[in-house]
Amino acid sequence: MELMGIWIPILSIVTYIPLAGALAVVFFVPKDKTGAIRAISTAVVLLDFVVSLPLWFLFARGREGYQFVERASWIPSLGVDYHFGIDGISLVLILLTTLMGIIAVACSYTAISERQKEYYVLLLLLQTFMIGTFCSLDLFLFYVFWEVMLVPMYFLIGVWGSDRRLYAAIKFFLYTLAGSVLMLLGIIALYFYNTTGFLGYKGLGQPPTFSIEKLTAVAAGMPAELQIWLFFAFFFGFAIKVPMFPFHTWLPDAHTEAPTAGSVILAAILLKMGTYGFVRFSLPMFPDAINTAWVLTVVVTLSIVGIVYGAMVTLVQKDMKRLIAYSSVSHLGFVMLGVFALNMAGLQGGILQMVNHGISTGALFLLVGMVYERRHTRMISEYGGLARQMPIYATYFLIMALSSMGLPILNGFIGEFTILQGAFAKSFWWAFFAATGIVLGAAYLLWLYQRVFFGEMTNPANANLPDLTAREQATLIPLVVLALWIGLYPKPMFDVLRLPSEKIVAAVGGRTVPSPALARRGAVSERETPPTVDASRP
Amino acid sequence: MKVSASDWLLLSPELFLTAAGLFILSISAFFEKAKEEFLAFLTLLFTGITIGLVAFLSGYPGRSAPIFAGTFILDNFAIFFKLLMLVSIVLTVLASIQFVGRAPYPAGDYYALLLFTGVGMLFMVSGNNLVSIYVALELMALSSYILAGYFKLEIKSTEAALKYFVLGAFSSGVLLYGLSLVYGIAGRMGLPELAKLFETQGKSNLLSVGILLILAGLLFKIAAVPFHVWTPDVYEGAPTPVTAFFSVGPKLAAYAILARIFYVGFPKFHADWGLIIALVSAATMVFGNVAALLQSNVKRMLAYSSIAHAGYALMGVLGFRTEFGLWGILVYLLAYTFMNFGVFALVVFLETKGYAAESVADFNGLARRNMTAAVVMLVFLLSLAGIPPTAGFIGKYYLFTSAMKAGYAWLAVLAVLMSALSLFYYFRIAAAMFFSEGEGVPLKSSYALTAAVLICAVATVVVGVAPQPFVEMLRACVIRTP
Repeated sequence: MELMGIWIPILSIVTYIPLAGALAVVFFVPKDKTGAIRAISTAVVLLDFVVSLPLWFLFARGREGYQFVERASWIPSLGVDYHFGIDGISLVLILLTTLMGIIAVACSYTAISERQKEYYVLLLLLQTFMIGTFCSLDLFLFYVFWEVMLVPMYFLIGVWGSDRRLYAAIKFFLYTLAGSVLMLLGIIALYFYNTTGFLGYKGLGQPPTFSIEKLTAVAAGMPAELQIWLFFAFFFGFAIKVPMFPFHTWLPDAHTEAPTAGSVILAAILLKMGTYGFVRFSLPMFPDAINTAWVLTVVVTLSIVGIVYGAMVTLVQKDMKRLIAYSSVSHLGFVMLGVFALNMAGLQGGILQMVNHGISTGALFLLVGMVYERRHTRMISEYGGLARQMPIYATYFLIMALSSMGLPILNGFIGEFTILQGAFAKSFWWAFFAATGIVLGAAYLLWLYQRVFFGEMTNPANANLPDLTAREQATLIPLVVLALWIGLYPKPMFDVLRLPSEKIVAAVGGRTVPSPALARRGAVSERETPPTVDASRP
Repeated sequence: MKVSASDWLLLSPELFLTAAGLFILSISAFFEKAKEEFLAFLTLLFTGITIGLVAFLSGYPGRSAPIFAGTFILDNFAIFFKLLMLVSIVLTVLASIQFVGRAPYPAGDYYALLLFTGVGMLFMVSGNNLVSIYVALELMALSSYILAGYFKLEIKSTEAALKYFVLGAFSSGVLLYGLSLVYGIAGRMGLPELAKLFETQGKSNLLSVGILLILAGLLFKIAAVPFHVWTPDVYEGAPTPVTAFFSVGPKLAAYAILARIFYVGFPKFHADWGLIIALVSAATMVFGNVAALLQSNVKRMLAYSSIAHAGYALMGVLGFRTEFGLWGILVYLLAYTFMNFGVFALVVFLETKGYAAESVADFNGLARRNMTAAVVMLVFLLSLAGIPPTAGFIGKYYLFTSAMKAGYAWLAVLAVLMSALSLFYYFRIAAAMFFSEGEGVPLKSSYALTAAVLICAVATVVVGVAPQPFVEMLRACVIRTP
């Protein structure tokens, strides 16, 4: 980015501000000065958010390709570059991350009383790693951020989690690691396909590189059979992170055991890494694999099973946090369905729904955390009639629950509607099954709301619960504003997402036969363009 | 055979180290227990001088000449291993000072034996001839048997030494038998000459048996399945700094000669030994990881972990005649030396603080008692598990690429899954350090041990974050195959 003639690596700055803050806390603040630690951490995440805001305004909507690009050689022997840059998709996710960073820090003031220094340091480190993942345009660099991110999250769950935290932490780490190492093999295979070949595949003989742009083009030209192998290598990495059914079992444990801020970040950002991976890598890289009928069937079936099964399991949960965790499985199934509809509406809706899910589910975890801090239980049966005792709390909860179930004028509606539109364009049955998920979603959220907030207050322990403090409201208000903004006027979001989505749909969409003549790049314009739905102007 | 002055010069590091060991042995009788630290200092000094000699020779123009009519060779490959092994000796001495100082045994023998092991290792990696390699290997092995039993009044240490000796002698016998069969068929001992002969001569059954026996003997030294059974007992019983040393130094030498014998001596049969090594590698990583998973004793767990790592490392030998060659194993061993030594050095640290360091529970609450130690340990564990951005990740990356490139995709898949699995037991230690409440006062480390640990930690992080200069240097160190 140029500012007054000086080139500023703004993405690196946004990425490393939290890291710098973490180092400052480690080296300069003694651990008993908890107030100072909290203040510095808050200042750091606020600063990071403020610095990341110009990205939104300076981002050129009409320009193709990546912006704010930074590039330097890192490991020339391997062709690894330090390569940052964003498009509309990463832009919204980065902003979501910096915003959620503030909320995660702010919601921990009273919730975390032990080992605060380590806690805030880990939270800040996690911020850096997450932003770095979204900024990376080099597969190797991406992988480094993607993996190292697990470490702070592991400790956040393991140290500050609730009873079964050890189990949940190691399960989270092992599941995600197992997936991502397979992705690593996929990356290596891709790398060799571009250079000298491997396993009998003749390489292209090009200079070694991990550049995502270059390798995307290379991968798209691979024979369909190899694409399918690599698609599944990447698939495990992303599907576990999403998490798709049947790889979702780590999620309820991790979510339930993590401290509130951990759950918020898990839901809002970490799960998005998986869907982001599908959008950024799987779709444009392996179009022939995805358009192979059985592959698409497998992925879409798993997404739909995730939607319906996730929603049904959610219905029977007794623990609020677990309930919301399972609802994520259902919601992320929705996102996956949109993404794999392979058309503009589905893809844009899927990406928007990633953000929406971050906002509403993040907020719901926050809200559960607030009542947990007061009562130290998350069991639904312990509550009832809270609406009268905590009216402000009940209002926020209602707004976010409605947003999560997709009520019009709130953000969830826009996302789900666009996804359904995309799914419908592809197949009636996809949309049909997805719609049952919405109905079930309304059911479990309203039922939860009814059991917690309505009726007589039967449990005397709840009789004197204080309503939300100003600080707690301050963490919720930005999310409510965002939910309303996206719900009422989603055009800015769609504007940002349009060009990158068009590019991805053009790369993957419409191909039905992996015929060699059509597998070439130039053939894209010759065939009929897929029915694109301009979702921003309904 | 004509011997020139240049031959002696090129072997000066080995000769100097031999003299240094003898010197320390001879003066050690005059030192009281309390002043033995001076011997450690001398050992460090001599090892440092040897490092200087090797570094000097690496720039010496005449070093490509065959030494003693081709008995030894000083190529880049040998220089890399010599430097790394000498560094491992330095680390071992640093980690030993306090540990050995507390024990009621003369430290002079200890340091002298360490240097003699070093001499054997240095000769080994230069060996270009079956006999010279074998003799060097025996020198290394005999010295290390004694080192394992250095705590001679402790049953476990004696048991370790005895086990190591019996099995080691047996494996040496196997190796020697293989060498004699090969010699019987070929009538020559030099590795390049063997390769030249086999170029024209076909493979006979007897030769296959010979090569197989050589391979078995070497696999014993690197503790690959099914020749691994000695490892846990020896690692558990030997004094911990010695264990730390065993897990890197002698293993480096064994990898080096395994690579050299098969790359230089038997390139023609690479399809056969390649497959065997791939199978052994698979068995080793599976067994090592699964067994480590079931261990609660830290030293045994780390022993099994280093078995698993031997399995990974063997993948790096598979890249024969690909553009990777031995590059993968070199990068990996660089990383492995520091991270594995680092882990054991921290076990030494706990032992000097009066913990048996046997159960994972001894690490409980380490984060509260010495945050730096806990964080550094975490770095080593992450590196062992291959999490970026640590040296272990770069090393494993190169191994996986070697295996893929060599056509062993199944092995690469197995290896990545195993390395994900390994996180489970590594993080039992991490969980104990950070999640459990430990009682007791803050723990402080001695300066020497701190230095050893910090060298390892810095190397692990630097190689992980900025690998370029290292990997580029190592690219020049692979053995060129015709």
